[in-house]
Amino acid sequence: MPEYTKPLPIPSPETQPFWDACKRHELSLPYCAACDAFFFYPRQFCPTCFSWDIEWRRCSGKGTLYTFAIQYRPQMPGFTPPYVTAIVQLDEGPRLLTNLVGIDPSPETLRCDMPVEVTWEDATDEITLPLFRPAS
Amino acid sequence: MSLKQRVAIVGADETDEIGIVPNKTPIMLHAEAARNALRDAGIDKSEVDAVFTCGVGFMASTQLAEYLGIIPKYTDSTATGGSSFEIYVEHAAAAIHAGLCSVALITHGETGHSGRMRRGGGGRGAFDASLPAAQFEMPYGVGGAPSAYCMAAMRHMHQYGTTSEQLAEIAVATRKWAQLNPRAMMREDLTIEDVLASRWIAYPFHIYDCCLVTDAGGAVVVVGADRARDFRKKPVWVLGTGEASDHQSLLGMADITTTPARYSGKAAFEMAGVSHDDIDVCEIYDSFTYTALVTLEELGFCAKGEGGAFVSNQRTAPGGDFPMNTNGGGLSYTHPGMYGMFILIEAVRQLRGECGARQVPGAKLALVNGTGGTLSATGTLILGAD
Repeated sequence: MPEYTKPLPIPSPETQPFWDACKRHELSLPYCAACDAFFFYPRQFCPTCFSWDIEWRRCSGKGTLYTFAIQYRPQMPGFTPPYVTAIVQLDEGPRLLTNLVGIDPSPETLRCDMPVEVTWEDATDEITLPLFRPAS
Repeated sequence: MSLKQRVAIVGADETDEIGIVPNKTPIMLHAEAARNALRDAGIDKSEVDAVFTCGVGFMASTQLAEYLGIIPKYTDSTATGGSSFEIYVEHAAAAIHAGLCSVALITHGETGHSGRMRRGGGGRGAFDASLPAAQFEMPYGVGGAPSAYCMAAMRHMHQYGTTSEQLAEIAVATRKWAQLNPRAMMREDLTIEDVLASRWIAYPFHIYDCCLVTDAGGAVVVVGADRARDFRKKPVWVLGTGEASDHQSLLGMADITTTPARYSGKAAFEMAGVSHDDIDVCEIYDSFTYTALVTLEELGFCAKGEGGAFVSNQRTAPGGDFPMNTNGGGLSYTHPGMYGMFILIEAVRQLRGECGARQVPGAKLALVNGTGGTLSATGTLILGAD
């Protein structure tokens, strides 16, 4: 595996299950039984009702492109412009910030609300990042 | 208990030089701006008993008070980025009205341009890897403000049909104000075609949609109504204030096309008891053209989604019927990082009638709206002259 030069997340106790699932190529999000709703980013409690009764549930990995931008200047080390930053609206409700890959990064090809699906970047032995691509 | 007209701004000034000031550190700029603002008011430093500031280390207000040789009864280092300084005015009004202090000094100083060469010399600390953004944003190459605001703008364009031309209207109108201001950094002619032909920073932002990165400092002095007429210049009354924050990250926004100015603006208008039509001049934080456009909607100057139409036909330019960002804005005047101090100073100068070629004739009522973070926190002020 070539050396990975982009910033890597350092999992915290409350986010470790998310990153563990990513390693298995599963998108798993915290779920509040009281609200009957997923939320993101992971916390030990539901940010809506403040219930601490949280479970982890697997998500479909499908969603839509809520919004995006084409970054023409690297904002972080390791990125080669142009690259697409995206906020994906998951079918299950929450939004994730991610990169859109598998598409030409041009104003002509990208549009909000296009269907997208998760794909995986095994960055290191410890960290796999959920990226998204146009839905097949 | 309303804070309406309980306090006034009696001193306001900037550092001697703004723009590229390589020979001064941030705290030097704070001190120079403080000296100039106190001189503007005709108040001796020994009278200052409250310090409001951020951006000079972990304990900014105590750091600055020590540096200036002030023993404050009241300090506040609320850090909401570019809106901190509008929020300090509200906090100062509350503290003065409560009798906790009497002369409040609010300072700013940043070397956004020259400080790139000497990180660690003050300003913002290293990012905490345990915070959510380090795990869920930075690994995807989102960091600086342009990389985030552009995604909010993209959704606004998709949802409401806002166009690049409409964003460019703001860049061009603001440049025309800058051409009337000898201290503005960018004064060359600029057309909508120039903006649209310029390079992308982060689509949908062209370079002219983005603010400058400069060095600058500013300060204001706030006193209670009982003393407001004792100083060199006529008071600028604080008639309405509001502050709000509803997220830190863009991911925390239920609707990414909004800003908390909808809350802070409403509070400020209610306190002041004035209507939108009463406002003579607006100073709206323009970190990006989009920031100003969306803020006009959130403040209620037009309906949601109609900001693009509102700013069309150079409405906000000199001679237009909605004078906005009359110093030339963060886009063309100066923008050291947390620009909110400079919209505050410009509003004071307009209400005093000190603005020369760019003076809005007969300006009696000004609205100032600071925005900090990633559209995260806003402070709105309605200021008035006698």
